[in-house]
Amino acid sequence: MSGPHDAAALDADRPMPPVGWLSTGALCLVIVGGILLASYAPRVAPLGVPVALLCAGVVLLAVAGTLLTRIEGFAWTTFATVFKWALLAYAITAGMIEFAFVRDHTRGSALVVVTMMLVVFALSVPSTIAFTVARFAQSD
Amino acid sequence: MTDELDVAPQAHFAPPTERPRIQVVPLKGLPVVALAVVFVAVSIAGNWKWGLMFSHVVGGGLWTGIDLFVGLVIGPILGRLSIPTRAEFSARFMPKMVIIMPTVVMMTLATGFQVARQLGNLNPASPNHAWLIASFCVVGVMAAIALGILEPANIAVLYEMNKPVPNGERIGRLMKRFIYTAGITGLMQVATLVIMTRVATQ
Repeated sequence: MSGPHDAAALDADRPMPPVGWLSTGALCLVIVGGILLASYAPRVAPLGVPVALLCAGVVLLAVAGTLLTRIEGFAWTTFATVFKWALLAYAITAGMIEFAFVRDHTRGSALVVVTMMLVVFALSVPSTIAFTVARFAQSD
Repeated sequence: MTDELDVAPQAHFAPPTERPRIQVVPLKGLPVVALAVVFVAVSIAGNWKWGLMFSHVVGGGLWTGIDLFVGLVIGPILGRLSIPTRAEFSARFMPKMVIIMPTVVMMTLATGFQVARQLGNLNPASPNHAWLIASFCVVGVMAAIALGILEPANIAVLYEMNKPVPNGERIGRLMKRFIYTAGITGLMQVATLVIMTRVATQ
């Protein structure tokens, strides 16, 4: 029964670095940071904890990206196709949430933190989706 | 679009059969999504009370209703079906979820904060303030589950089904992930219902 299809299937099911979990972890951190910021509205929130969560989220996303680039024989074409469309969808969602914050007079460093959190959000979700799809796809 | 679709997932060594491709993102639905995005943007830009409330109530109602129905009714039924039947149902059902769920979530979240500010519920002295924080937490957990686990599994299933020889075991594994997470978000929506009805009546 062994053949090229079996080899491809085995290849697709091989152990992978936890890229999806790391990018989902980054998403969770910015969600917690966002809840902290929102819970203080309309007052100015102390930014210490949200900034720490944002930095941790950026680190997790960077580690996920680094691990991703080190995977040998990865389906990069599939990853890129899924990533770009998911990025478009989540950039629109993030843009709309950012727009609401700007209209609600969020300004200064709080707006910068919110914007950075939305950037992490808009990158982490497409990364998780694209990785989950591409890990089972035929490598390039 | 998916008529006469044969998505019976064979073992990965079975010979490929002729099947129409599943459209992962149903393009026919995109104008409706664009309309929703424009409506929400106009409502936010103009601080349009009715538009904001309409988007929040319609988006939130659909989000809660769909999550409850999928998590507590469709999910358990799907879990008891054979893998080929599950796959056939999913081929028709999941592309629609790919387009509906992000749209209703965007409508609800983008307008909810502004509605709360307009009604004074964000004010720390408001009796609804604590309930709103609770709702942020519930939405946060649901968003992490839906965006980090459920949606990637959903799209991975559709891609797997589009392969010349889909791997039935892999589809079953990903579907199980979809069913469990849909159940969890469905249960969490009960908390949303309690919170929102408290907010509306205090």
